[in-house]
Amino acid sequence: MPLDAKPGMDFKVIGTRPVRPDGIDKVTGRARFGADFNMPGQLTGRVLRSPHAHARVKSIDVSQALKLQGVKAVVTRDDFNADAVDPALMDVLVNVMARDKVLYEGHAVAAVAAVDAPTARQALKLIKVDYEILPHVTDVEEAMKPSAPVLHADMFTDGVEPRPTKASNIASRVEFGHGDVEAGFQQADVIVEREFRTEAAHQGYIEPHAVVASMGADGYAEMWCCTQGHFMVRNISAHLNGVDVSKLRVTASEIGGGFGGKTTVFLEPVALALSRKANRPVKLVMTRDEVFRASGPTSSSYVKVKIGAKKDGTITGAYAELAYQGGAFRGSPVDMGAMCTYACYDLKNVQVVGYDVVVNRPKQAAYRAPGAPQAAFGVESVIDELAQKLGMDPIDLRLKNAARDGTKSSYGPTFGPNGLIQTLEAAKNHPNYKVKLGPHQGRGVAVGFWFNFGGQTAVSMNVNIDGSIALAVGTPDIGGSRASMGLMAAEELGIAYDKVRTIVADTASLGFNDVTEGSRVTFSSGLATVQAARDAIKKMCGRAAQMWGIPEDAVEWKDGHAHPAGANAGNFPPMSLADIAKDAGNTGGPIAGHCEVNAEGAGISFATHLVDVEVDPQTGRTQVLRYTVIQDAGKAIHPTYVEGQYQGGAAQGVGWALNEEYIYGKDGRLQNAGFLDYRIPVCSDLPMIDTVIIEVPNPGHPYGVRGVGETGIVPPLGAVGNAVSHACGHRMTVVPMSPPRSLKAIKG
Amino acid sequence: MVKVGLWGSLTSYTGGATHVEVAAGNIREMLLALGQNYPGLKPHLDRGVAVSINGQIYRDAWFQKIPEGAEVFLLPKLAGG
Repeated sequence: MPLDAKPGMDFKVIGTRPVRPDGIDKVTGRARFGADFNMPGQLTGRVLRSPHAHARVKSIDVSQALKLQGVKAVVTRDDFNADAVDPALMDVLVNVMARDKVLYEGHAVAAVAAVDAPTARQALKLIKVDYEILPHVTDVEEAMKPSAPVLHADMFTDGVEPRPTKASNIASRVEFGHGDVEAGFQQADVIVEREFRTEAAHQGYIEPHAVVASMGADGYAEMWCCTQGHFMVRNISAHLNGVDVSKLRVTASEIGGGFGGKTTVFLEPVALALSRKANRPVKLVMTRDEVFRASGPTSSSYVKVKIGAKKDGTITGAYAELAYQGGAFRGSPVDMGAMCTYACYDLKNVQVVGYDVVVNRPKQAAYRAPGAPQAAFGVESVIDELAQKLGMDPIDLRLKNAARDGTKSSYGPTFGPNGLIQTLEAAKNHPNYKVKLGPHQGRGVAVGFWFNFGGQTAVSMNVNIDGSIALAVGTPDIGGSRASMGLMAAEELGIAYDKVRTIVADTASLGFNDVTEGSRVTFSSGLATVQAARDAIKKMCGRAAQMWGIPEDAVEWKDGHAHPAGANAGNFPPMSLADIAKDAGNTGGPIAGHCEVNAEGAGISFATHLVDVEVDPQTGRTQVLRYTVIQDAGKAIHPTYVEGQYQGGAAQGVGWALNEEYIYGKDGRLQNAGFLDYRIPVCSDLPMIDTVIIEVPNPGHPYGVRGVGETGIVPPLGAVGNAVSHACGHRMTVVPMSPPRSLKAIKG
Repeated sequence: MVKVGLWGSLTSYTGGATHVEVAAGNIREMLLALGQNYPGLKPHLDRGVAVSINGQIYRDAWFQKIPEGAEVFLLPKLAGG
């Protein structure tokens, strides 16, 4: 989506750091999150979930629950017409309400709506589900064995010829690369080969999933929910319930974190079904326990990496094998992981093979750069070990092999301008890289890559009568996008930032918008905002031309004013945006700018992370001493938010690297479904995370923007792994590197 | 003609060829031609793919023109968090 770049890039508003527009609401409690919505006559919903990891659902008897006073509706699989569902959405339907089998502990089998929570809970106890318990498997490597219990009798591995005739848990095989890897290894002086494992981590958003759905007797419905994509929620919820899309209007609430975990539906179609049946508004809110057991964490993985290099550090061959479990359904991000595995390197001979595997766990959901961190953990660990064996500085080894403008990527396309080299050079020159380490301390370096993308986007910009601007976007704000959109609108219009109010509009008020994912919003909604501003400017120039009685093309827009363009246009004093807005009623009516676009041209993003840790030799506990994120943002629209994204990615990566993991018992049940036993980092676990913003403009955006939300979680597993390995004197190959694992490494 | 690079596991549907040539002026024409010439590819194309043209990845742009001699790769549809 090429747009003319802002001439000279002499920004006046972009790059400033105004106070966030949602800040006061959030710290005073005025902000309305998903669970804060309530309606008159609202019922309380609760979901009955499977206690078994794998079982056939022989029957569901809801008769006793329906007889309980105060119960207004019960829904099960029979309330969703699977025959009318698009095959592409069948897994979504099965995940929100089990059909012939339950596929993981926590899988929804029924839901009730009652006058209050105690009644709803009592009703769940009265629902009788007859299960035939089946063998289960929760480990990715176990699930790949021929002897493993098979989850889906109709799953035959895609991407393998001839097509297997026996069903298995391997949904697909993917492969990327080029050159001759074996020949590359033969040229190598040093080869390092290792196996790695990462456990599943949850996105850990603070706000649980919540929704209020209200369908009237006329079949029209409204919904309020916390989501990263309310247009997606509308389309899927309407489809699964056989409702016309236009009859469902969805409003996104303020969101208490998503990180990819709210890019799909869990409760929303069920709430709509309950509301339709009860003819009352229904509210469903997950408990934290349900969030862990029934919403998507990321994949656990097995990763094998083999890299060969010459004595001077030149990598001659690189191979990797990845196996990611996607929970009980196909669709783990192994393809993304496989493409990202060696994306940071300029390689002649490279091959990556990936396997998408199903297990009896909740359906995985995206988590910041889905699939990339697991692969990067393996590759960045082996690169570090290679540097040790070669006696090279780990940054120098990466610089020698780093991808740059013109590199043929490991997954095929040739890279354009990017900032990897700059991030590595900035890391090498950073003061944190020069700090002397003490006993039991170690330093780690790692790099990371993410694609970024654009997508369908609609923006509407209304010029108000007083010259202020109402900007409506359709992408939920999960990382400061309202501020960024406001800055871009102000920049383009030539007005002050505080003259723009940006809102996230509901699904009836704007054209379709893709989900807030893929680090796309500042890029694509920003691009659409700039375009909408230019549309409004064109109209305002037309109004000024009308007032002055000159041709429209004789008017130009500069610094928030319409000016006669050139001597022949006449000598008129400039008209401000406010002047034009004030008279809009007499010059043609309301003025608005619009943009509906499928934004393409998102720029790739690279980062380099540095971390110093100290591992307690008595307990194995790791303390992060210093952490530095250096990343290419293209152009930082609101630098504070960009830094926040860098810090947030690093903080979540540190948590994943050191403590966070899904622990399953032999019964296939999750053992640690709560923040007491699933430990995310708190402030005392982290130092102030230093950030460096590199700006190599993305040619696909008028201001050079690249997405920044995801790349930041790619390097931490590798960076922390390398640091802990050096501190322990032992190569760490399992994430998380929790105290027992580190202690074992130290004790040998 | 457009020379299209395929990710490894798709080569099983093209007789092992990592690159195939089809007559196409834009992405839609390219995808239709690939599905017709290599029926084994069609389910993968129907499931959704991304297309890289000269290093720029397109997710949903049927009518994006493919310049003569462009570097073109078929990629899995991107998803993000």
